[in-house]
Amino acid sequence: MTAQRFFPIAVITLLLLALANLMFGAVSLSVEEVWKGLYASSENHFTIYEYRLPRIFLAILVGAGLALSGALVQGVIRNPLASPDVLGVGHGAGLAAVCYMTFFSEASTRWLPEVALAGGILAALVLWYLCGARSSAIKLAITGVALAALWASCIDFLMLTKPLEINNALLWLTGSLWGRGWAQLQALLPWFVLIPLALGLSKYLNLLDLGDDSAISLGARPQHLRLLALAIAVALTAACVSICGPIGFLGLVAPHLTRKLVGGRHQPLLPATMLTGACLLLAADLAARTLDPPIELPAGILTAIIGAPYFLWLLLRMK
Amino acid sequence: MSLSAHKLSVGYHGQTIVKEMDLTLPDGKFIALLGPNGCGKSTLLKCFARILPAMSGEAHWQGKNLHHYPSKQLSKELALLPQTQPIPEGIKVKDLVAYGRSPYTGFWGKLSQQDHQIVEQMMQQTGTFELKEKLVSELSGGQRQRVWLAMVLAQDTPYLLLDEPTTYMDINHQVELMHQLQMLNQQGKTIITVLHDINQAARYCDHLVVMKSGELKYQGSPEEVLTSAMLQDVFSLQAQIHRDPVSNTPMCVVED
Repeated sequence: MTAQRFFPIAVITLLLLALANLMFGAVSLSVEEVWKGLYASSENHFTIYEYRLPRIFLAILVGAGLALSGALVQGVIRNPLASPDVLGVGHGAGLAAVCYMTFFSEASTRWLPEVALAGGILAALVLWYLCGARSSAIKLAITGVALAALWASCIDFLMLTKPLEINNALLWLTGSLWGRGWAQLQALLPWFVLIPLALGLSKYLNLLDLGDDSAISLGARPQHLRLLALAIAVALTAACVSICGPIGFLGLVAPHLTRKLVGGRHQPLLPATMLTGACLLLAADLAARTLDPPIELPAGILTAIIGAPYFLWLLLRMK
Repeated sequence: MSLSAHKLSVGYHGQTIVKEMDLTLPDGKFIALLGPNGCGKSTLLKCFARILPAMSGEAHWQGKNLHHYPSKQLSKELALLPQTQPIPEGIKVKDLVAYGRSPYTGFWGKLSQQDHQIVEQMMQQTGTFELKEKLVSELSGGQRQRVWLAMVLAQDTPYLLLDEPTTYMDINHQVELMHQLQMLNQQGKTIITVLHDINQAARYCDHLVVMKSGELKYQGSPEEVLTSAMLQDVFSLQAQIHRDPVSNTPMCVVED
C-alpha cells in the first residue's frame, strides 16, 4: 500500500469507528438519535455529549500520542521491537500512582494524573541518569526493560501488602477510558503541541536509519536528535498514561503495522502511525463497551489481548 | 590544500591512536591511506569526517578548523561512505539515494526538480536505476554497496571519503568499484580511501599515504612510495617490486 492510498482509507476508517462509538454501547442509538443527541433538548444528550463524545476524542488523542511515541522510540533505537514500554515510562507512572493512592489514601484522586505524569518523567530521568548521554540505543533499551521490571515488582509489592487501599489503583492500572470526560481531555490537549515538533524531526530521523557515521556526514547531530526525540516520546507517553493508565502494546503495534503499510520514511510514517493508533484505540474501546454490556472491560486489556500475540509473532519471526 | 592535519592527535576511550600528525592531502587526486592494522588510518579518516573530534591539534578544511565549520555547509563539501552500512527497514532504493540530498533540502526534506534529476542520474551512474522500487533490505551485498555509493554521490560533494570500501566485497565488485572511483576522480572529485590491498592501491590510486603507529611515514606517487624498503619498514615484510603486466604500475610480490 502506498502512502497516498493509506491516508484516505485510514481517515475514513477513523470516522466510521467514531460514529460506531457514538451509536453503540449499553444503549444502542440510531444515526439520527446520535445527531439529535448533540443538542441539549434530546433525551440522549447526556449519553452522547457528556459521555461518548469526549471519550472518542480522548481515544483518538491517546491512541495517536502513544503510537507517535512508539514510532519515535523505534526510530531512535532502530529496533522494531522497541516501544515506550521499554523505557519504563508506563510502569514508572503506575508506581507513582499506586504510591500516591496507598500513602495518601484520603487525598483526592483529582491529582492522580499529575502524580502519574511526574512518575513517568522521573522514571525516564532515572534511565537517562543510569545510561548517560552517550550510551548506545541497545544499552538504553535493555536498561529500560530492567527498570520497568523493577517498577512493576514495586507495584506488585504495594498491591499485595496494602490490598485495601488499592482497588482504585487496580482500576487505573489496567488502562481504561471509563469515566473520562471533557476535563481529562482539557488536561491532555496542551501536550499535543509536541506533535508538530515531532513531525519536524522526520527528515533527520530518516538519516539515523543510515547509522550515526552517515547521519553526521549528511549534516545531522545524532546525539541531540536522539535526546530530543526520546524527550518528546516520554512526555507524550507520560501525559497519555497519566489520564488513561497504561494502554499496553499500542506504542509497539501501531508504528510497526504502519511501517509495513507505508514504509520507513518518517514524513509519511509519523502522521500515518498516529492515525493507526487512534483507530486501534477507538476499536478497542468500542469492543470494550459492547462485548458484554452494561459491563465495561478496560480498553487496555483488549489492546494487550491483540498486542501480546503480535509481539510474540514478531519475536518468532526475527532471525 | 583543502584537507590537512596540523599536529593532529585523534583517538577514543582516552587512547591516542593518531599522534601529532602533520599532513596535507593534495586536491584532485585519488588518494589511498595505507598501513598495518591499528596504524590509525581509519581513525584519521573518521576525524576528517567529523565522527571523531581532535584530541589535540587541528584538522583543517580550506585553511580553517574543520570542527568549527557549520555542519550543513561541510555536508555539501565532504561525503563519507562508512565501512559497514546498516540495513534500514522499509526503505526503498530511491528513498535511500534521495537521503543523500538532505544537505540541500528544506526542513521537511522535500526534493526539488533538480534533486530528483541528480538522484536519478546517480542511480544510472551506479547501475542501480532498475532497483529503484526495491526495498534496500531485499538487495544482495554487492547491490547494496552500489546503492550506498549512489546515495553518497547524490550528496554532490567535491571530496569523497571511503573507509575500506572493498573489504567485504567479491573481487569482481572490488574491481568494479575501483573503476568507478577512478572515473569519478577523472571527473574532478578528490577521493580519499582507506585500503588494505597495497597492489590495488598502487594500480588505481595516484597518491599513497602510508602510516605506522599513528604517524605519517611515506607520501607520494605509487612509484615513489611502493618500494622494498617501505614494505620492510612499515610492514616488516620481505618483498620484491615488479611491474604489473597490464597497467605497468608497481606491484609487490612477497618473498618467503
